[in-house]
Amino acid sequence: MADITVVLPSVLQPLAGGQSVLTAPAGGAVTVGALLDAVTGDYPVLARRLRDETGTLRRYVNIYVNGEEIRRLKGLETEVAAGQEVLIIQSVAGG
Amino acid sequence: MGTMANAESYILAIGTKKGLWLAHSTDRKEWSLNGPHFLMSEIPSIGIDTRGDSPRIMVGVRSEHWGPTVAHSDDLGATWTEPEQGAISFPEDTEAALERVWQIYPDAESRPGVVWAGCEPISVWKSTDGGEHFELNRGLWDHPHRSEWGAGYGGAAAHSIVVDPSGEKVHIAMSTGGVYRSLDGGTSWEARNKGISAYFMPDPNPEFGQCVHKIAADAAVDGRLYAQNHHGVYRTDDDGENWESIAEGLPADFGFVMLTHPRRSGTAWVVPLKADGERIPPDGRLAVHRTDDAGRSWKRLETGLPDHEYNSVLRDAASVDTAEPVGVYFGTRGGAVYASADEGESFTEVVSHLPDVLCVRAAVVSDAVVPAASVPA
Repeated sequence: MADITVVLPSVLQPLAGGQSVLTAPAGGAVTVGALLDAVTGDYPVLARRLRDETGTLRRYVNIYVNGEEIRRLKGLETEVAAGQEVLIIQSVAGG
Repeated sequence: MGTMANAESYILAIGTKKGLWLAHSTDRKEWSLNGPHFLMSEIPSIGIDTRGDSPRIMVGVRSEHWGPTVAHSDDLGATWTEPEQGAISFPEDTEAALERVWQIYPDAESRPGVVWAGCEPISVWKSTDGGEHFELNRGLWDHPHRSEWGAGYGGAAAHSIVVDPSGEKVHIAMSTGGVYRSLDGGTSWEARNKGISAYFMPDPNPEFGQCVHKIAADAAVDGRLYAQNHHGVYRTDDDGENWESIAEGLPADFGFVMLTHPRRSGTAWVVPLKADGERIPPDGRLAVHRTDDAGRSWKRLETGLPDHEYNSVLRDAASVDTAEPVGVYFGTRGGAVYASADEGESFTEVVSHLPDVLCVRAAVVSDAVVPAASVPA
């Protein structure tokens, strides 16, 4: 059973106990939303940095699956296959 | 050492667009500064709770990327704690999400642990555990006027909370919506804007919809509050049943700030700006104005302020402390912060060239609790 890995930006790593990569075991494809539920379950502050309390992905948080930003796919319903890598990257914004 | 332990210090917390700075002084003239805390996050709200053994600083923090949260420090900023589930989080049934914490208001000495918060989207919250967890005020959230409340330029928020000594009378102000009053400790709310102009609406005297920028309670007269409106400065003597203009004698009736004296009735401060369309000090000359007779007359106070200034002072970027005489503090969107140890008669510059100042709060604390590292040599 291949893991799915989630790569965190350095600024969020302290909220995951210093880890740069979180992994979730996957028997098959899972949605990004379910994947986030799984990997942030032990890190509620990290979870709130990524999604607000309605579950909506924060506007300037970008998540890439296979190099594609999920807003161009099916958002949090985008499926991730076992063995794939998910990147969380803050968008270039602000001044 | 005994006298040292009893000596007083002054803490000034400065929330900006890009982080929090903490200033410390023993005389309110010379300040030492530490920060930034929360670099690259805006700090639109600060509450300093001095009711416990050691002061607790609570801050509303908001990152453009990572959203809003509330953090607190019990060691004057040496360490910060953020409750795991978030101090303020909308219940699921509201289908709402917190955007920004605009106000953190520690309640009276007689109600330790009670802290109120005003937020965007327009909402009021109450904590009974010192600001670690807040409950949504359902009376206001479910108010029938809600669908008609609008957004001011800075967002739609409840930004002012004033609780009377009994805890039963609560006045809040929101942009835009105006003043709402509760006579049952926050269970139910009614609009109280009679006399406050909403010149920007088809009916300039609506029941609600005003853009009240800030309200503050008189120190001693029950039922008396002051309001800085979006054009208009007002006083009520009957808990908001009627508001009357007290703008005469001011160089302009626009502005964001309204401060009141913690003990002396009739004393309030404003920082006028020229107009809605020209948000600069009148004639480019920054000045605080103080009334000592509940708004019948105003005194211009500008000693120690710069010769010219074209930045505005936002609604929470001003504060008073509780010392005698009272200290007055404010910061500009140009990142300058000024302090007065004599009720505004003269100011000294605490710091300049910070990011836009969004919020300042001051408190008198015992020297004993000030970390050695932040005491000037």
